[in-house]
Amino acid sequence: MTTQAGAVAAGTTEDAPKPKTVKGGGKWGDLMLRIIAGLVLLYLFLPIFVIVLFSFNNPQGKFNYTWQGFTLNNWLNPFKYPALTEALKLSLNVAAVSTSIALVFGTLVAIALVRQRFRGDRAMDTFLVLPLTAPEVVMGASLLTLFLDLGWAAGYTTIVIAHIAFQISFIAMTVRARVRGFDWTLEDASMDLGASPTRTFFKVTLPLIVPGIVAAAMLSFALSLDDFIVTYFVSGSTVTYPLYVNAAVKAAVPPQINVLATAILVISLLLLAVGTLYRRKRIDV
Amino acid sequence: MILPALIYLGIFFVVPFVSLARTSLSSMGGSVFLPTLTFSWNFGNYADAFSHYRDQIFRSFSYAFVATVLCLLLAFPLAYVIAFKAGRYKNLLLGLVILPFFVTFLIRTIAWKTILADDGLVVSALGAVGLLPSEGRLLSTSWAVIGGLTYNWIIFMILPLYVSLEKIDPRLLEASKDLYSTAPRSFRKVILPLSMPGVLAGSMLVFIPSVGDFINADYLGSTQTTMIGNVIQKQFLVVKDYPAAAALSMVLMVIILVGVLLYTRALGTEDLV
Repeated sequence: MTTQAGAVAAGTTEDAPKPKTVKGGGKWGDLMLRIIAGLVLLYLFLPIFVIVLFSFNNPQGKFNYTWQGFTLNNWLNPFKYPALTEALKLSLNVAAVSTSIALVFGTLVAIALVRQRFRGDRAMDTFLVLPLTAPEVVMGASLLTLFLDLGWAAGYTTIVIAHIAFQISFIAMTVRARVRGFDWTLEDASMDLGASPTRTFFKVTLPLIVPGIVAAAMLSFALSLDDFIVTYFVSGSTVTYPLYVNAAVKAAVPPQINVLATAILVISLLLLAVGTLYRRKRIDV
Repeated sequence: MILPALIYLGIFFVVPFVSLARTSLSSMGGSVFLPTLTFSWNFGNYADAFSHYRDQIFRSFSYAFVATVLCLLLAFPLAYVIAFKAGRYKNLLLGLVILPFFVTFLIRTIAWKTILADDGLVVSALGAVGLLPSEGRLLSTSWAVIGGLTYNWIIFMILPLYVSLEKIDPRLLEASKDLYSTAPRSFRKVILPLSMPGVLAGSMLVFIPSVGDFINADYLGSTQTTMIGNVIQKQFLVVKDYPAAAALSMVLMVIILVGVLLYTRALGTEDLV
């Protein structure tokens, strides 16, 4: 049994240990547990099934809420509504720009936090967590009051600024979690062998922390793409993808929304699969 | 190295709060078309916020609380099975759990609108077995809003729970069984205490976005289910009564800030991301 436990710890387990291998009660309990877990998983996917199904719907009115009939038209014309396409493009643009900037700030903080203990690092830790735990509606509201005070017009720039503000902490914490186990003596070794600090950074430090940075970047990109509440406050008349969807709920929901959502889901699925194959280790987010 | 981020967060996270605090203590003046704000230590805004929106404040905290408990009840079995029973399907299951959250949160909520609709399957099924009166509906009820909150943030419960469960040495479970502990007792004495960091982190990560949310109440609820978020949003962006909205935001922020600080003092920040 010890070898199995060791295998679990090493992450190479074939099967988790079975503490309920003895008698009936345990077995039934085990089965029950699996069934409940399966049902919860089903619950997680229920809306997704609906979204995918309704991308093939042929709605009669303005709202794509009730099933009318099967059609492929929506998939053949995914970009039928230019406003929707434009909104999606804008969101991708905002996500790319804000993620790139936040990545630099956040990674530097993460490395600093892991590498050296300094005075007030615990306070720094707490300070970094605050933007993650502040309710979005409060964050949006406070940024809006700032922009009002400054007299800045809400729009693309204010959206990017707001996104960076919540992404920095997220990236810092995610990267920190990944580089914590990193053996910093490798840097000393590299420099002992005559590499310059710059060379050491690019040849030793960076390759080791890159997987963590990539994961943080992907998540933070998704965070920006999906953000509605903060964006809603600071967007002025600029319309991002979630803002378009929100406006649609009040006026008319075209099935193309479902088509694009399904497409994004499939692309994410492919990225996830590629990532898993590439790393072959565990997907912990 | 931390300086750029510190400066950025100083300007765009701390200063906005000062600005919010100032606004919350200001008085509105001027005309409807050209309102002016004058800072005047007007604590009356807070008294007004409490007295006008007592219902919404109470509702937000109770909805968020129920949603957090539901998330915990639903997420625990799933996280447990993934951590201990999934074997080589562990990664696949984790991927599956994360996948639904790649669909925009608003669209997921719209899907719930379809699922819970008056002529939808769930309502007719519940009506058929008599769990719902014939005129009963799910949409526009408190339960629809709570259900939406639960669904949208359950991922923040599953992942920390999974992480803390996975850290448990399975030999401890064997040891407890070898010592004749029953399964429920092992759960209570071994698994539950050791998964506490995950339970607490997950609860916080679900509770906070739930309490400030306005989308679920907006899409799935009715005028009887409005939450603090709905009020803040409306006062800021529609009515433009900035001081009242700012005061309400400050109340929400301070309550949550106290909770977060207590949490990080006790447990640090490691389990949160």
